[in-house]
Amino acid sequence: MLKTRIIAVFLLIIAFVIGFLTYYSSARPDSSIGKPFKLGLDLNGGTHLVYKADTSKLSSDEVSVSMQALRDVIERRVNAFGVGEPIVQVEQGGILGSKEAQHKLIVELPGVTDIEEAVSMIGQTPVLEFQTIDKKESDAVSAKNLTDEEKQAEINKLFKPTGITGRMLQKAVLEFNPTTGEPTVSLNFNSEGKALFAKVTKENVGNIVGIFLDGSPISLPTVREEIKDGKAVISGAFKLDEAKKLVRDLNYGALPVPIELLSTQTVGASLGQSALKGGINAGILALIVIGIFLIIWYRLPGFIAVVSLAIYTTLMLTLFKLIPVTLTAAGIAAFILSIGMAVDANILIFERMKEELRRGKGISEAMHEGFARAWLSIRDSNTSSIITGLILYFFGSTSVVTGFALVFLVGVIVSMFTAITASRIFLYVVAPKTTNKLSTFLISNGFTKTIISQSLTK
Amino acid sequence: MFVVNYRKYFYALSIILVVASIVSVSVWGLKTGIDFKGGSIIEVEYIGVRPDQPTLSSALSPLGFDASVRATGDKGYIIRMKDINQEQKNTLTATLSTFGTSTEKRFDSVGPLLGTEALRKALVSIILVILAIVFFIAFAFRKVSHPISSWKYGVVAIVALVHDVIIPTGVFSVLGHYAGYEVDTLFVTALLVVLGFSVHDTIVVFDRVRENLGHAKANKPFSDIVGESISQTFTRSINTSMTTILALVVLYFVGGESTQHFSLALIIGIVAGTYSSVFLGSPLLVTIWKWQEKRNEAKRGRK
Repeated sequence: MLKTRIIAVFLLIIAFVIGFLTYYSSARPDSSIGKPFKLGLDLNGGTHLVYKADTSKLSSDEVSVSMQALRDVIERRVNAFGVGEPIVQVEQGGILGSKEAQHKLIVELPGVTDIEEAVSMIGQTPVLEFQTIDKKESDAVSAKNLTDEEKQAEINKLFKPTGITGRMLQKAVLEFNPTTGEPTVSLNFNSEGKALFAKVTKENVGNIVGIFLDGSPISLPTVREEIKDGKAVISGAFKLDEAKKLVRDLNYGALPVPIELLSTQTVGASLGQSALKGGINAGILALIVIGIFLIIWYRLPGFIAVVSLAIYTTLMLTLFKLIPVTLTAAGIAAFILSIGMAVDANILIFERMKEELRRGKGISEAMHEGFARAWLSIRDSNTSSIITGLILYFFGSTSVVTGFALVFLVGVIVSMFTAITASRIFLYVVAPKTTNKLSTFLISNGFTKTIISQSLTK
Repeated sequence: MFVVNYRKYFYALSIILVVASIVSVSVWGLKTGIDFKGGSIIEVEYIGVRPDQPTLSSALSPLGFDASVRATGDKGYIIRMKDINQEQKNTLTATLSTFGTSTEKRFDSVGPLLGTEALRKALVSIILVILAIVFFIAFAFRKVSHPISSWKYGVVAIVALVHDVIIPTGVFSVLGHYAGYEVDTLFVTALLVVLGFSVHDTIVVFDRVRENLGHAKANKPFSDIVGESISQTFTRSINTSMTTILALVVLYFVGGESTQHFSLALIIGIVAGTYSSVFLGSPLLVTIWKWQEKRNEAKRGRK
């Protein structure tokens, strides 16, 4: 008995600490453990775009590489747009997808509500540019007392366009330095580019001619001499992957795979805010209403159920942060639904316990029996819910459905855990030891008075 | 024993509701949302006074978008139309702004390709859930074969489950006809949860039957065992549904517009599910058992 009490106190302390940490990390997002909840676009406002990638002209072994390249290109463009935490992902249709749209590209832009702007930004052709910087100017910046990042940012501003663009590039090829074996990237310009490149390199010996893709530098070689034949080699401490990636970026100035917009979704920030507020209010109110019902109907065990429900809620909120789960309106609905279902295990146990009491067992024995017998029902019924959740998660057609399924699934599993650990231990601890009017009242429920057999109570 | 004795009346209520639902769906059909059939939806809110609905509708009709306009809140409209592109959307926005300054709260556009795919995925998920559950029940009750075999529990669970899914669908068909309620991916999600919940409930009662069969006296009729099991689990069934429905009612009223139809579908489904697990599923076990008995008697009579 003492051991159970120690465990119970320990559980409460742990739950309290976890709860506090989770609260603290939301209340103080800038502290070391600060981490706000991840909110979906429907709560935060933003744009969700689905593109179809046309891979019909590619051979099957090229598809995954090209899709990866597509993702990288789009991600770079989106990043250049300065969107906070954008998501760019490639999705394969799988067994249930249609043949026409087997490969999809999904772009989520939190905070962007102007679709036109977003679409044009993604649809634009990337710009490959050559820009120069005066060595003296860049050295002056380097000498400043700044962090490397700040220096880089300032240097980037000092670059001047040369007029050489990706249009003038005929081809980029991956080569290897014959003596060192290092990978290098060689560039071949067309006639227009050749002339311009010769001029630029002549004027900038000793300076850097930077190669920029979509405005960000991908390579910053220093010019050693005038280059007349329209061929340039970018050498440097390349790793093989980096060199390959650069060649790919340069050759695929245009998108590696043509894309077509399939669907767009925008949610204004105000609508998202009100949906979020509604969801939170509903959650709090649901907890209160269920708590009142449980305490009125089940009294002492009901109170225990409320405590374990509070632990359940704490654990869920913590898991939302740790996994992390992107919360959507549907996810919050799943959470509220799971609160209702989490109570089920408790109710099963209490009803079972009441039956055992009626059969003349003592309180403590009835509790143990109640748990043992209710377990089979809890296990089987929750298993069927888990099956449903898994199917929804893996076959769900939209992010709404998968968002719902994930929260639902986690909820069912966690609620099973809290019912058989927290509820049980607390109930054992607070179970009345003696039989008198008060203990009869506390253990009875609803309208019926449960008579506790005197002789068997120890 | 009450439930088992009067089971025919309870069956009658279920049959009436199911038939009414089927009739409603076949007459009025279901209004599918844009995520299934493709199309666009825009929600706008006017800063000042909004134009009245006929004015707005007639202003939009020359655009040829098949727009249907519905008022929302005090100052807003939700406009549904066919799938439109960016250029067409600009025309739409321009038309809307001739009636005053408005803010765009939401714009969704789904191409027909994605819509078909979503519909197919939804149907496949429903079928998968049903199949998985039959197998699970047949497995969980594999040791129970007397007096009726375990797969019959599975079949009864499916009957209950189909009942629970048809009724909310019927209600949404009626609501779709009279109030424009749409069936979308969220509705299908609600149905799938109802499936899970329905089985969850039915299993709890079956589980009790299984347990009571284990230590029942040999001559105790099966109908008594089922009747007992139903009364033993009755409070639990009602109370669990009560708490879940309490949570959902709160969600319906407080949770905001985006999950309102969803919670309504769930409430209807869970009420139907509770009813079916107590008044339909388990009594059906007795009915199946009676059929078996009659057939056996007939066989004996022939001999």
